[in-house]
Amino acid sequence: MSNILPAGTPAPDFTLHATPDQTLALKGLRGRPVILAFYPADWSPVCGDQMALYNEVLPEFHRFNAELLGISVDGVWCHAAFSRDRKLHFPLLADFEPKGAVAKRYGAFRDGEGIAERALFVIDKNGTIRWSYCSPIAVNPGADGILEALENLAK
Amino acid sequence: MAKLKVPVGPDDHAQGPADAPVTLLEYGDYECSHCGHAYPIVKALQKKFGKQLRFVFRNFPLREIHPNAEVAAETAEFAATRGKFWDMHDLIFENQNSLSEQMLGELAHRLTLDRQALRDALRSGTFAERVQGDFSSGVRSGVNGTPTFFINSQRHDGDFELETLLQAIQKMIHSHK
Repeated sequence: MSNILPAGTPAPDFTLHATPDQTLALKGLRGRPVILAFYPADWSPVCGDQMALYNEVLPEFHRFNAELLGISVDGVWCHAAFSRDRKLHFPLLADFEPKGAVAKRYGAFRDGEGIAERALFVIDKNGTIRWSYCSPIAVNPGADGILEALENLAK
Repeated sequence: MAKLKVPVGPDDHAQGPADAPVTLLEYGDYECSHCGHAYPIVKALQKKFGKQLRFVFRNFPLREIHPNAEVAAETAEFAATRGKFWDMHDLIFENQNSLSEQMLGELAHRLTLDRQALRDALRSGTFAERVQGDFSSGVRSGVNGTPTFFINSQRHDGDFELETLLQAIQKMIHSHK
């Protein structure tokens, strides 16, 4: 498993496409907590996949005023189709060109396979990583760790 | 490994003895095809283990991808207040492919429950809070999709085919002896 950036590290800034004609910069979200959820690929073949789960938990994330960003190496059109199909209400960012560049900076890229790890980061309002977790690739990490980290931020 | 944060209590829907050595708890969604697949598997496990197994079901409706999951869960909760949770639970899974509010009304009728009372309860969201409570407890416990099983409060991370669950439960029974 990769060595992901640990708590206490400043979160590397990035700008990625959120839709075919819009980009999103991490530093544009300063002032509120950000959840970065790297995941291997769109279209995982189960009902309750990780992004579908987070979509349902979104109201709980919003209670902490937190912004959720999904990131994979899939391209913008793939994300658009996936997002529409699963009715996702949060942005999916395309870490597509150069492939996996952002995942690499977070230590969340799987070299042999060319995909992102299932790695989670909770970043505080000042842009510092306050919690990170890398799940075995086949295990959906759920949302409990994220909620606990957000709770700790709020303390 | 993820652990159940809200222990099984008197408000839960449970089958089997409270002092059974193993409690199998499912967070499920009535419209999820994987939960539909797991439904007869759970029945087979209950038959196999008898009094050694308690089975508990909690609601985890993925509302965005399953438009009927919430009403189905609330219908089961409605039936629960009239002592017919498990009858409704079974009927819903057995008719999973044709779920709709109308069909849930027919299932209620079949169980001699008051259709109008069900309609009113769904309109006013009488059981929405209960369902949301189950959902939140699941999120807190590391439920990561449906179905998610817990065996004696430990999340089961393997698949949910009969053989896998059978072995996991057997292992738990042995560790109790």
